[in-house]
Formats: sequence, C-alpha cells, structure tokens
Amino acid sequence: MLNKNVTLSLQGCVRGATICIPVSPGIIALGLVFGTVAAQKGLTFLETILLNSLVFAGASQFVAMEVYNDPLTYGLVVAMIGVTAAVNMRMLLIGASLRPWLGQVPAWQTYPSLFLLTDLNWLLALSEYNKGTRDWGIYLGSGLFTWAVWSLAVIPGYFAGSLVSDPKVYGLDVVLPAFFAALLVPLWKGKRQTVSWLFAGGIAALTWYLVGGYWSIFTGAIAGAFAGAYLDD
Amino acid sequence: MTEGALTADPIFLLAVLGMALVTYALRAGGYWVMGRLPITPRVRRGLEALPGAIIVSTILPIVLKGGLAVALCLVVAAVAQVTLRKEYVAVFCAAGAAAALRAAGL
Repeated sequence: MLNKNVTLSLQGCVRGATICIPVSPGIIALGLVFGTVAAQKGLTFLETILLNSLVFAGASQFVAMEVYNDPLTYGLVVAMIGVTAAVNMRMLLIGASLRPWLGQVPAWQTYPSLFLLTDLNWLLALSEYNKGTRDWGIYLGSGLFTWAVWSLAVIPGYFAGSLVSDPKVYGLDVVLPAFFAALLVPLWKGKRQTVSWLFAGGIAALTWYLVGGYWSIFTGAIAGAFAGAYLDD
Repeated sequence: MTEGALTADPIFLLAVLGMALVTYALRAGGYWVMGRLPITPRVRRGLEALPGAIIVSTILPIVLKGGLAVALCLVVAAVAQVTLRKEYVAVFCAAGAAAALRAAGL
C-alpha cells in the first residue's frame, strides 16, 4: 500500500470540512437540543459552554445530564464521569482502527488531534483512506469543523431552553429519552442486539426497582456488554 | 438569561474536567494501545454491545418513571427514526406527541 507517504495540507483540511457540510444540520440540531436540555437542568451559560466544548461527545453529554442533579454532590460527579466513560468506551475501538492511518504522523501531531475524534470524522477518514487518500487533513479538517459547529449550536439552544418555564407543555421532557430511542434504532442488527438489550433492560429495571437512581445505567450496560460478548454467532 | 450566566459551580467544573479527561483518554487510549494489547473477538463484541446496552439502561428507568405517555412518545421516536432516519426529526415528532398527549390530559 501507499501508506508510507501520509501528508497534511490546508487543502486537505478544507476538503475534510467541506465533506461535513451536508451533515451539519444534524450536528446543529443535536447541539440545539443539548443546549435546551442543559438550560432545563439549570446549568449556567458558562457551565453549558465548557461542558459542551471540552467533552465534545454528544451521547455521553446527554447521559451525564440525565445523572446530573442540583445540588451537585461528589458522588454525582463520580457518576457523571463514570457514565461518560461508559458511553464513550467505543472510542477505544474507533481510535484503535485509526492506527494504520495516523500511525505514520508524528505523535505530537496525532495525540492533540485525537481530541477531535468523533464517529463522524472517523467514518469519513476511514472511507477516504480506503479510497486512497493519504492527506490526513481530511480527518483534522472534518474534526475541527464539527467541533466548531457543535460548540456554536449549543448557544441558541440554551437560550431557547431557558425561556420555557414548563417543559412538559411542549414535550421538552421527552427530548432526551426520544433522542436515545432514535439512536438505538440503527444499532439494531439482529439476534445479538436483541439478547444484549433484553439483558441490559432486565438488569436495569431490576436495579431501578431495588436501588433507584442512576445505578441502573451501570449494571444494565455491563450486563448487556457481557451478554453481547458471550453470545457466539 | 439568569443572573450568574458567566459563573460556574466549582464542583461542576470538576465534573466537566473529569468527563473531558476520561473522554480524551478513551479517544487516545485505543490508538495508543493498538498493537500493544490483543483485542480478542470476545472483547471486541463486548465493546460493540456497550453503546446499545447503555442506551437501553438509560431509557428504561425514564419510561418506568414517566409511565404510558413517555412510553408512547418513545415508540413515536423509534417509528419516526425507522421511517425517516433522522435523529432530530424523530426527537421533534416525539416532543410533538408528548405536547399533544399532555394537552389531551394523559
């Protein structure tokens, strides 16, 4: 393969950003929704911006907001970090699969750029690599673009969300679970998911009845992962 | 905008810092570990099953708390996602359904 000559150019970055434009309405919409959820939960504007731009991992931010409660205790902080880790565990796999692509780039360049890793630019970078692209600006440009769009989109969402006094009237309280339900749909591939989800759901419901709170997210997730791991084809 | 819009709770900042660090560790960790640790098919399958399991475990207590109205809205979201394939459209449909159900008194 031609993987001895991985390069980086501004042109590549611009192309990476350009490819992301068609999907940006989706990123904007999710950023808006996150801003609304954060405002409804009572976060300050600064807290929302910091959380959104520094963590930069949509699904985990939503789950963490589900755990969040005011007043925030140290126990809840640990739980928020824990669920974030659990939801973002897949990034281990995504990152691992980029090794052949970015492995020849100097470490001082790749490690900072891994902050920008998302499912979107991972998928994009990998498909471009398979087409023969060796300019990793594709990855960098799409990552920077996505981060910028995500960081800005939260702002109007936050102000819209803080204007609404009773979220239930507009159905805003179902935004979060509905988003999760929608995310679940494309993850279903067949029997493995069915079994894994039944285990996850059963254990989560049981935990919720017995212990309450957010522990069900951990117990259910671990049960589901084990079920998925030990179910052979 | 509320009064301390540009303030932040120190404990909350701790949470943000922890979340950001753990997320970066996962982003960089897989890349780093590749070639140093074997990822067996079983470990890979477990990691692959994780996101769905997390989502199911997050939704279920919300449904158990929220009752029939919330459950119906999630069905709306799932059906919208199956047919339209756009997360934000599905969320919009579900919120609309919830508003309608509440207006109807459910």
